[in-house]
Amino acid sequence: MSSSVSSPEISFHPEHVESTKPIWRTFWILSALTVIELTIGLVIYNIHKGENPNATLVLAFKGMVCILTLAKAYYIVAVFMHLGSEVRNLIMTIIVPLCLFVWFITAFLWDGNSWKNLRNRYNGVKAVQTEQTAPAVKDKGAKD
Amino acid sequence: MSTAVVQQETKWWSGGKSPFNASYGKVMMWYFLMSDAFTFGAFLISYGTIRFSQNHWVDPNHVFNSFPFAGHTNLPLAFVSLMTFILIASSVTMVLAVHEGHKMNKAGVEKFMLWTILGGLCFLGCQAWEWTHLLTAQHEVLVNGKIELWNTTVAHNPFGPEVMFNGKEVATPGPIAFGSYFFEITGFHGFHVFSGIIINIVMYVKAKMSHFEQRGHYEMIEKAGLYWHFVDLVWVFVFLCFYLI
Repeated sequence: MSSSVSSPEISFHPEHVESTKPIWRTFWILSALTVIELTIGLVIYNIHKGENPNATLVLAFKGMVCILTLAKAYYIVAVFMHLGSEVRNLIMTIIVPLCLFVWFITAFLWDGNSWKNLRNRYNGVKAVQTEQTAPAVKDKGAKD
Repeated sequence: MSTAVVQQETKWWSGGKSPFNASYGKVMMWYFLMSDAFTFGAFLISYGTIRFSQNHWVDPNHVFNSFPFAGHTNLPLAFVSLMTFILIASSVTMVLAVHEGHKMNKAGVEKFMLWTILGGLCFLGCQAWEWTHLLTAQHEVLVNGKIELWNTTVAHNPFGPEVMFNGKEVATPGPIAFGSYFFEITGFHGFHVFSGIIINIVMYVKAKMSHFEQRGHYEMIEKAGLYWHFVDLVWVFVFLCFYLI
C-alpha cells in the first residue's frame, strides 16, 4: 500500500497500524508523568519553605523525579521516534553507547562533590613549606 | 508476527540491503541525534558538576516564579510547565503528521506540520519571554553594605544566600556560573528548536508542492520528526536539571 517505492535498501515494511490510539495513549502518559513531576517539584518547594527541611526526603523526591524523567524519555524514544519498532540491532547501536552516560554522570557528580569537600576543608589554610636538610655525610676513610 | 519471522530468516549482513532494514538517511539521522545527545549531555553534566561543587546554589523556585501578565504573583514552575506541554503537544502533532504520511494523505501531513510549526514558535516565544524577564528583572542585592538592584546575566547573579540587613532578609550575590549555564544551555536548545522549525517549514512546503507525492513516500517527514522529537527529549532533561532538581 504505502511506501512501496521507498529506498531500495529496505527489505520489508512494518505492518501499518491504522489507528492513532497508541499515539494519544502515549500523549496522556507523558502528560500524567509531567503532572506528577510538577507536583513533586511543588512538594520540594514547600519542604524548603518549612521549618526544618529534611534533606533525605528532598533527595528521595529528586530521585523519584529523575526516574519519572527517564520514563518520559523511554516513551518519547520508543513510541514517538518509533525506535521500539525498529530492528533489534539498530536499537542496540543507539542504546548501548548511551549507557556511557551512567558512568559519565556518576564520575562527574562525584568529582564536583569532591571539589566542594576539598574547598571547604582547605580554603584559607596556609600552605606550609617544610624544608629538611640532608644530614652531613662523614667521610669514612675512602678505600681504593 | 510475520515481521519477526522475516527478521530471523533474512541474512542481514550479506550485502545489498540495509542490515537495519532502514534507509541510509534514517540511520544517519539517528547517529547524528546520538552525537547531539552526547553534546547536550556534556553541557548538562558539566552544569551538574559545577552545581555540586558549590556550597550554595540558586533555588529555581525563586528564580523562575513568574508568569506573563501575572505581574509579581508567585507562581513557581507554572510558566515552564506551560512550555513543556506546548513542546509535548507539538511532538504529538509531529507523530500524527508522520502517521498521515504513511497513509499518503497529503492534506493530513500539511495540517499536522502546520500545528507542529505553530507549537515550536509558541515555545520559542515563551523562551524569549523567560530570557527577557531574567535579563530585565530587578532584585535587591546587598553589595558592599549597600542595596543594589540586579538582573540575572552571565556576570550578575542576585540569588545568593540571604542575610539579615536592617531587619529584613536580603540576598547577597550568588554563583555567577548559574547565568552562563542557564543562558548557554537553554540558548543552545532554543537554537535547536529554531532550526527544527526551519526544517519543519521546509518539510511543509515540500509536502504542499507534492514532492513527496511524486516520490511515493513521506520518509523525509519521518526524519524531520526524529529531529523534532529529539528537541523535545532534550527539553525534558533541561527541564529536569534546571527547574526540578
